[in-house]
Amino acid sequence: MSTDLAVIGAGPAGLAASLAASARGVRVTLIDAGEQAGGQFYRQPAAGLGARRPQELHHQWRTWERLRDGLAASSVRHLTDHHVWCVEQPQARQAGFTVHALRGPLQEEPATVRADAVLLATGGYEKVLPFPGWTLPGVVTAGGAQAMLKGGLVVAGRTAVVAGTGPLLLPVATGLAAAGVEVAALVESAGPRGFVRHLPALAAKLPEAAGYAARLLRNRVPVMAGHTVVEAHGDDHLEAATVAALDPGGRVRPGTHRRIPCDTLAVGHGMLPHTDLAEALGCRLDGVNVHVDDEQRTDVPGVWAAGESTGIGGAALALAEGHIAGRSIAARLRGTAPDPRAWAAADRSRTRLRDFFAAVDSVCAPPTHWTEQVTDDTVVCRCEEVRAGAVREAVDELGAGDLRTVKLLTRAGMGWCQGRVCGPAVAGLAGCDPTPARRPFARPVPLGVLARAGHPTGTDHLTEADHPTEEGPS
Amino acid sequence: MAGAACALYAARAGLDVTVVDRGPVAGGTTGAGEGNLLVSDKEPGPELELALLSNRLWADLAEDVGEAIEYEAKGGVVVASSEHGLAALTDLVAAQRAAGVVAEQVPADRLHDLEPHLAPGLAGGVHYPQDSQVMPTLAAAHILRASGARLLTGRTVTEVLRTADGAVRGVRTGHGDIHAPAVVNAAGTWGGEVAALAGVSLPVLPRRGFVLVTEPLPRRVRHKVYAADYVADVASDSAALQTSPVVEGTAAGPVLIGASRERVGFDRSFSLPVVRALAAGAVRLFPFLEEVRAMRTYAGFRPYMPDHLPAIGPDPRVPGLLHACGHEGAGIGLATGTGRLIAQVLGGKAPELDLAPFRPDRFEEEAA
Ligand SMILES: Cc1cc2nc3c(=O)[nH]c(=O)nc-3n(C[C@H](O)[C@H](O)[C@H](O)COP(=O)(O)OP(=O)(O)OC[C@H]3O[C@@H](n4cnc5c(N)ncnc54)[C@H](O)[C@@H]3O)c2cc1C
Ligand SMILES: Cc1cc2nc3c(=O)[nH]c(=O)nc-3n(C[C@H](O)[C@H](O)[C@H](O)COP(=O)(O)OP(=O)(O)OC[C@H]3O[C@@H](n4cnc5c(N)ncnc54)[C@H](O)[C@@H]3O)c2cc1C
Repeated sequence: MSTDLAVIGAGPAGLAASLAASARGVRVTLIDAGEQAGGQFYRQPAAGLGARRPQELHHQWRTWERLRDGLAASSVRHLTDHHVWCVEQPQARQAGFTVHALRGPLQEEPATVRADAVLLATGGYEKVLPFPGWTLPGVVTAGGAQAMLKGGLVVAGRTAVVAGTGPLLLPVATGLAAAGVEVAALVESAGPRGFVRHLPALAAKLPEAAGYAARLLRNRVPVMAGHTVVEAHGDDHLEAATVAALDPGGRVRPGTHRRIPCDTLAVGHGMLPHTDLAEALGCRLDGVNVHVDDEQRTDVPGVWAAGESTGIGGAALALAEGHIAGRSIAARLRGTAPDPRAWAAADRSRTRLRDFFAAVDSVCAPPTHWTEQVTDDTVVCRCEEVRAGAVREAVDELGAGDLRTVKLLTRAGMGWCQGRVCGPAVAGLAGCDPTPARRPFARPVPLGVLARAGHPTGTDHLTEADHPTEEGPS
Repeated sequence: MAGAACALYAARAGLDVTVVDRGPVAGGTTGAGEGNLLVSDKEPGPELELALLSNRLWADLAEDVGEAIEYEAKGGVVVASSEHGLAALTDLVAAQRAAGVVAEQVPADRLHDLEPHLAPGLAGGVHYPQDSQVMPTLAAAHILRASGARLLTGRTVTEVLRTADGAVRGVRTGHGDIHAPAVVNAAGTWGGEVAALAGVSLPVLPRRGFVLVTEPLPRRVRHKVYAADYVADVASDSAALQTSPVVEGTAAGPVLIGASRERVGFDRSFSLPVVRALAAGAVRLFPFLEEVRAMRTYAGFRPYMPDHLPAIGPDPRVPGLLHACGHEGAGIGLATGTGRLIAQVLGGKAPELDLAPFRPDRFEEEAA
């Protein structure tokens, strides 16, 4: 299967780019792991559930309808249920990238798409930091709660606490409240001053934010700024959460602990970009984000990136970036330089939203000393069941100083999620930088599929290798 | 790993030892390779002697830290898929046995007693009970801790300090000087750079290798298993035995498949063709792996020297400077023997193996 442009990720960024490029004559294949287009923000109720009025849960329903209808009317080929595990650089003798995906219920059937250009629009994933009791059933991520609301239309629980930091908590709290859940508290670690300072900014720059604030008030959600969850309680299921106030230095204030009964605790500490595919392609990163230029091009020729893979900034920013990427690609594939004036409006919102999220980022950070609440027996890496004490021992007694060595000494980050979940937590406990791990496989891939990848004939000779390769026992 | 082993044996010999590294423990190639302690892949010669000594020392160490470093004396199985390959393997085994290797021929119909999930139709194989394994990062960290040596991580050596008459008197780091009458260069792939700081040349070069790691599985691969089909040339060519990848289970569950060999400098970029070849080789040996998922892959840079032997021992060009680097694809396995030999030299004893083949200045003469 071959195409001009392969777009990976059918969220706002990927959709906007696909439509912009295809409207300009580019043959686009849009590839996404999901059953339907929409990504995180426009996550769709599964058709089978027969949701009567999904729009009640969607704040930007009209934008979504435009994208959805645009996709249906376009010539974009949309491949659903395709989990991309690797994008392969063009080999010397053949032009084009090869997108390797897995499909089917068990994600084991291979599928490949060849494309002259690739747009990485893979979005981000949630960052969650551990605390005692966070592995109890009933503790979910903020995004998990949102996805339950939007996708499955399940009411997450009867009494919820929403906690952590960042702008994601607002829609989650209001969404839960709107679905009839009693939200006992919205616990935000940013101090009341920071919070109060950034709410008006939110309201001014993001019209929807004013709506969130109003809805929080209307639903009488108590907002506890400058607070943090220190422990979740329960035997086999969550029964309560203890929250406490933070001092200006980011430490828990003694004597401020308060126990709030709840059966759902939605926690989130912001988002991190998905950069696996970009890194395997050799794209440069800026910190944790894929580096892009004004046209959303990465530093690898033929590879563009847009949306949250290039930095966390919400759906509207993803749309603007996707649109710009789509137009740039259309021009570049024709061999012409695009005229940036053509996307001036999108460029203005991109600048405005990036500035805004940079400001939000500086306010919404986890408490500086969050690791002090993490007891030695708190599980940090759930896949491998590594506890905080083991991480501390690796650093204090065995000479680890970075994430990779901690991982090798403790197995934290070696399991199914490959450290996507525990990476920030382990880095915090180890006191080192959360360097992005290299994960050349964005998804686990069956060895049989890997052995034949890129070989339509099924042979496994190294005919395409640039360098003679030998194998050996050590 | 080499530095940790040198520290252990030197401290045991009563020396006061400081270990300096610019990164964390095992942040170099040790944290990016595998932990096979193999005698099976070595032809008779100095490397095999060092391997036999090292494996004995590993077994001794395992009595104290075996569990912590995931030591397993599991044995290796080398299989041949053709009669031709089997004949060559048989010749190699005879030579290895004469050099002290324990090796037992396994006829085709008994191979599956050793490895029930091996592919059908193999010509036969050899069982090497001395082959073992450790988890390299754990080994380096625990051996360092057991040595009691002072550990200074995050400090780059920027200069080798010398006296007026040229002898070593310590090293300079970004965090100050460390004085010592003897300096051991255990900088692995970067050993040439450290040697240059002392004004001598040592040709250590990187040889890239990728390893594949699968999802955790119940034990289905019992030994270290690899195919030796290129042994045909053993008699005529002294180059290392060429084989398909080693497949092995680990204490923690994942199967490791490694490793490729390429000379591409320090290029870290992911190479699908290389990893694909590893996967294909592994599936050929163990068809059940077809369905098993690869979770990740990583690359490391083996420190290799032109004649594929490490540099071990005092450098006659700089009094007080010793080298313990350049072990290529066997630096974990050979670390214990290397550490023991270095400690013997430092303690003024006669080393128990002849160090001549490992002389650090051997390439200088060639060039001259
Ligand atoms: C709980 C929650 C609440 C939010 N609320 C708001 C809000 O109120 N307002 C707002 O502006 N923003 C909100 N956001 C943020 C918003 O969802 C994101 O900004 C937006 O979705 C980013 O768009 P994107 O296109 O970059 O990525 P996404 O929407 O994340 O889309 C990425 C797509 O890529 C696919 N993908 C990723 N990797 C692969 C792969 N290897 N193979 C195949 N497919 C892959 C994914 O399946 C996904 O469909 C919220 C996010 C969350 C989690
Ligand atoms: C894919 C792969 C698979 C392998 N499999 C096996 C196997 O199965 N069995 C086996 O025995 N071997 C194997 N090896 C080889 C083995 O990993 C190496 O030979 C061994 O790790 C080398 O150890 P070392 O201590 O010499 O070097 P390293 O582990 O690289 O240590 C050198 C240290 O020196 C430090 N350093 C460098 N310069 C400076 C400076 N200026 N100042 C301060 N510190 C400095 C570095 O930071 C580094 O930590 C494999 C290698 C690879 C790549």
